[in-house]
Amino acid sequence: MNLNAVKTLYQAEMARSLRTVLQSVVSPVISTSLYFVVFGAAIGTRISEVNGVSYGAFIVPGLIMLLLLTQSVSNASFGIFFPRFSGTIYEVLSAPMSYREIVMGYVGAAATKSIILGLIVLATARLFVPYSIEHPLMMVLFLVLTALTFSLLGFIIGIWADGFEKLQLVPLLVITPLTFLGGTFYSIDMLPPFWQAVTLANPVVYLVSGFRWSFYGIGDVSPVVSLVVITLFLAAALAVVERIFRTGYRLKP
Amino acid sequence: MHHDPVISVERLSKTYAGGFQALKEVSLEIRRGEIFALLGPNGAGKTTLISVICGLVNATSGRVLVDGHDNVREFRAARERIGLVPQELTNDAFIRVWDTVAFSRGLFGKPKDPDHLEKVLRSLSLWEKRHNRMITLSGGMKRRVLIAKALAHEPEILFLDEPTAGVDVELRRDMWEVVRQLRDSGVTIILTTHYIEEAEEMADRIGVIRGGELVLVEEKRTLMRQLGSKELTLHLREPLEAIPAALGRHALALAEEGHALVYSYDASEEDEESSGIAELLADLEAEGIGFKDLNTRQSSLEEIFVSLVKEKAQ
Ligand SMILES: Nc1ncnc2c1ncn2[C@@H]1O[C@H](COP(=O)(O)OP(=O)(O)OP(=O)(O)O)[C@@H](O)[C@H]1O
Ligand SMILES: [Mg+2]
Repeated sequence: MNLNAVKTLYQAEMARSLRTVLQSVVSPVISTSLYFVVFGAAIGTRISEVNGVSYGAFIVPGLIMLLLLTQSVSNASFGIFFPRFSGTIYEVLSAPMSYREIVMGYVGAAATKSIILGLIVLATARLFVPYSIEHPLMMVLFLVLTALTFSLLGFIIGIWADGFEKLQLVPLLVITPLTFLGGTFYSIDMLPPFWQAVTLANPVVYLVSGFRWSFYGIGDVSPVVSLVVITLFLAAALAVVERIFRTGYRLKP
Repeated sequence: MHHDPVISVERLSKTYAGGFQALKEVSLEIRRGEIFALLGPNGAGKTTLISVICGLVNATSGRVLVDGHDNVREFRAARERIGLVPQELTNDAFIRVWDTVAFSRGLFGKPKDPDHLEKVLRSLSLWEKRHNRMITLSGGMKRRVLIAKALAHEPEILFLDEPTAGVDVELRRDMWEVVRQLRDSGVTIILTTHYIEEAEEMADRIGVIRGGELVLVEEKRTLMRQLGSKELTLHLREPLEAIPAALGRHALALAEEGHALVYSYDASEEDEESSGIAELLADLEAEGIGFKDLNTRQSSLEEIFVSLVKEKAQ
């Protein structure tokens, strides 16, 4: 295995986001803080408790998931789209790297970035609301699995996209609605029965629920189901990436 | 003579997704340590051929061996030997010269080696620019950075896809010098170019590709000898109205309104006597035709190339 190459690619990707540290760290932290102010402090005072947890604390895991999903997708999609767009991808494709090593470099860096961001926001949330983490190890596991899965999804989007519009379309039309409708700000048992059933088709529900369970021991579905769903999701993303490289789709004519 | 091939291309064909066939059963052996120039008009398939060898384009059929390693099944062994300078100027605008060159080395799995990078950057006159961001460089400098990147991992084989496009004359000379030094250090070099003078000046062997077919592969020297016709021009003291009958056996033509006689002969003839110059001069003397000056001209590779491409096109 060409570990040196993976390291090089990974570090270059990390360095690229350091160049735009303001955009990649500061802006998500500010926007998430605004959510806390508006939803937690302003609206939260009118909603007493959800499943025995104060509303402000209730939304913490949801907001971090929201951030994790959107950041993973945008980091990873941009990370691979940019060299394709500028043409510098030739270098990676002609290097003695297997496709798995290429994916490790790009996706690993994208996932790392969103995990770091997630942790930063988690720390920031402390300034607004007190919360506890009942199952820290499971929390980290969910964090890592989600970041990886959605970075892979972003990677796929970055390869599929043939222009900047498409690059922004999927996150805008698919990821954001799914996360907002995924129980970020509410427990799905607050919904009418019909919409509860519909919501269960949304994979993000399972992520948020599992993540919230690791904080407070409560969730819309059992944590095992959450874990199974996210693992299936991860496997599906890996299979798609494998296929992309085997066929050379959009990378090798 | 036995030649040790460092790259063997065997019946390589490429049909792009749209159905366009860019390579048609191309077979080619590149010899270890040579400079091979690939010539051909726009769209001939030069970049496609290089891209298949380097693993950027999937072949439709045929195979490529790099130092005996199949470039698909043993892609690591094949690719680590190769450095590629692409035709298009591609770069990350905000990265610094040093970082991008170090990045290239890392991608090929080589440990860091600042001394080597310094040597490469100096040889390409980029040392002073090492802290510059790519966006602040001129086009010719960017092209040299791409060369530095390709050399960063000390490849045994270097592909240069039109390395001197957009590079000024002086720099072009410098780059030729770099290429020569690389060859002297044992690197095999394959370059494509539209500047025939470049092939003429640099190459050991020349391949001509047209419409996806390799129409010719030859030693440059042989090529120039085989196809090179020469012309001897005699500037006469007294103009002639017509070529005297006594000179009829020579391939002569009048030029400059009778002030010059042009004699065409084949420079490829090995024994010099058959050039016929001695006989021609003797006959001129016998006819009393004097001349004040003479010069000879050998057709350049460019003329050879143009005639070859035209000929095949018909
Ligand atoms: N990705 C692609 N998809 C479809 N056709 C392609 C692709 N790349 C190249 N071609 C076609 O293949 C042919 C050969 O192209 P190639 O780039 O190999 O030519 P070239 O000899 O390098 O030309 P030039 O001297 O202009 O660089 C051209 O007709 C080109 O249009
Ligand atoms: Mg080309």
